[in-house]
Amino acid sequence: MSDRWNAGVIPYAEMGYWQPDYVPKDTDVLCAFRITPQDGVPPEEAGAAVAGESSTATWTVVWTDRLTDYAHYQAKCYSVEAVPGTPGQYLAKIAYELDLFEEGSIANLTSSIIGNVFGFKPLKALRLEDMRIPPHYVKTFQGPPHGLVMEREYLNKFGRPLLGATTKPKLGLSARNYGRVVYEALRGGLDFTKDDENINSQPFMRWRDRFLYCMEAVNRAQAATGEVKGHYLNVTAATMEEMYERAEFAKELGSIVIMVDLTVGHTAIQSMSKWARRNGVLLHMHRAGHSTFTRQKTHGVSFRVLAKWLRLAGVDHLHAGTVVGKLEGDPNSVAGFYDTLRLDKVAADPVKGLYFEQDWASMPGVMPVASGGIHAGQMHQLLHHLGEDVILQFGGGTIGHPMGIAAGAEANRVALEAMIKARNEGRDYLAEGEAILRAAAKHNRALDTALATWGDITFDYESTDTPDVVATPTTA
Amino acid sequence: MRITQGTFSYLPDLTDEEILAQIRYALSNGWPISVEYTDDPHPRNSLWEMWGLPMFDLKDPAGVLLEVNACREAHPNAYVKVNAYDARLGRQTTALSFIVQRPTEEPGFRLDRQEGPDRTIRYTTHSYATERPAGARYPSA
Repeated sequence: MSDRWNAGVIPYAEMGYWQPDYVPKDTDVLCAFRITPQDGVPPEEAGAAVAGESSTATWTVVWTDRLTDYAHYQAKCYSVEAVPGTPGQYLAKIAYELDLFEEGSIANLTSSIIGNVFGFKPLKALRLEDMRIPPHYVKTFQGPPHGLVMEREYLNKFGRPLLGATTKPKLGLSARNYGRVVYEALRGGLDFTKDDENINSQPFMRWRDRFLYCMEAVNRAQAATGEVKGHYLNVTAATMEEMYERAEFAKELGSIVIMVDLTVGHTAIQSMSKWARRNGVLLHMHRAGHSTFTRQKTHGVSFRVLAKWLRLAGVDHLHAGTVVGKLEGDPNSVAGFYDTLRLDKVAADPVKGLYFEQDWASMPGVMPVASGGIHAGQMHQLLHHLGEDVILQFGGGTIGHPMGIAAGAEANRVALEAMIKARNEGRDYLAEGEAILRAAAKHNRALDTALATWGDITFDYESTDTPDVVATPTTA
Repeated sequence: MRITQGTFSYLPDLTDEEILAQIRYALSNGWPISVEYTDDPHPRNSLWEMWGLPMFDLKDPAGVLLEVNACREAHPNAYVKVNAYDARLGRQTTALSFIVQRPTEEPGFRLDRQEGPDRTIRYTTHSYATERPAGARYPSA
């Protein structure tokens, strides 16, 4: 071992960060990285370098390591495999000792795992594909303020996906006009309406005015239908103090739900999550900005990892893809995201991009949200791909209805209930979807008009972010 | 007005045959059925009256429908709903819930506003039916 401590630079693999015989402990945090080493860098050395730079190592030997039980704290790269069919890329699995992380802190977890290693010169590119969070660490987080079971009981809505819509146009409406859109959509049949991510407090509509008009709309719609309704009031702001002020006001007005954007950062999200649990208000999360680091396969952080962080941080709703809509979403990858958010025990399934099993130790599930370019004519496909515990958000598909917003909402609700009824009756609803919708439209002019307007609209583009294991089916 | 609580309120009222199909679906998932009724359909009324206990051991869809109809006969002008319950770990909640009977007239709700300072308003959803005592809220059929 004397060489190990000579001053100077030695390969990471020789400093103990490459341990192909290491058997991960039940308490270890595990990571799967896609690494693209620079030419001439052996893949094992690249994997060891990632393990080293994301745990205890620096670029040279330091004698102060010997003041610690360094072997305990070193991350161990225990597996490196070539990615099938993609020369130059490798999948490295790394185990991290639980003592490396502060309890209940996403900021600390992410500073460790993705802190500086993504800019490391010996790698052309690096992507965090998946993580296994051990139950010992899961239990140090609050998790969703309410979770999807409590949400359904509170809303008194069972046995079907929930329906929502984002107010459009997303920018420019006055508060009074904005309230009109909310009212029409909710009384027509939606369960929720939503502020968009960039609706905060601009000159054309200040937050307080928006909150007042939206709550008038929510309560009017509730009285008109006898159903619990909600509008995600976006409290995203420049400082925590302002976010708390907006959230408090939403609560005082009786709003059942608030929202924040991913752009506020992990610490702010965890703070709002605690606030939401304390005050009995649902917390909706809009993943604004995530595609800057989740979409490209070679570099960044997979959304399935972000979904895990956000379930730990604690949100009740999280946008997680539509498969058939206008935004990125390979069917298998999206299935993996939805499993990650909703299930208690998630099995490893490389077809869905899940490299590790994940045990949530009874942490409540997050309600996934499907939003972006979806419409009533896709109801059978949405139910097939996304299941029942999901919020389907039809923004343009509600507000753009030729007969008006309430008719657009009604069309979506009728299509949804007809599809659930047919599924429960044992019909092959995916194959017969169009016929089921057409039959329902015979009793409902709003749905008939929606199908005539959007029935043929599809977004069939090749996905960027797909698992590597098998050829992936298309959405058709 | 038509209260739109429940899984199928936007569809035409279900026939007995259609109710039976939904019961069959629930039982095939291992979800016992319960029947509840109320004369106070306020959106936050989570305690409709129970028509007996949940039918944990009744696996025959036709037998369940008999109970549904017995409740409807006993309370011909109340709201009646059919619930399916999923007791699995991680769920332990209602899996399906739909209205199978309504009063002939649904008076609905009034929105009361209490105006406060700084343009704030406190809202209350007032159920017209509850203006009359329990048992006398809807004209008897």
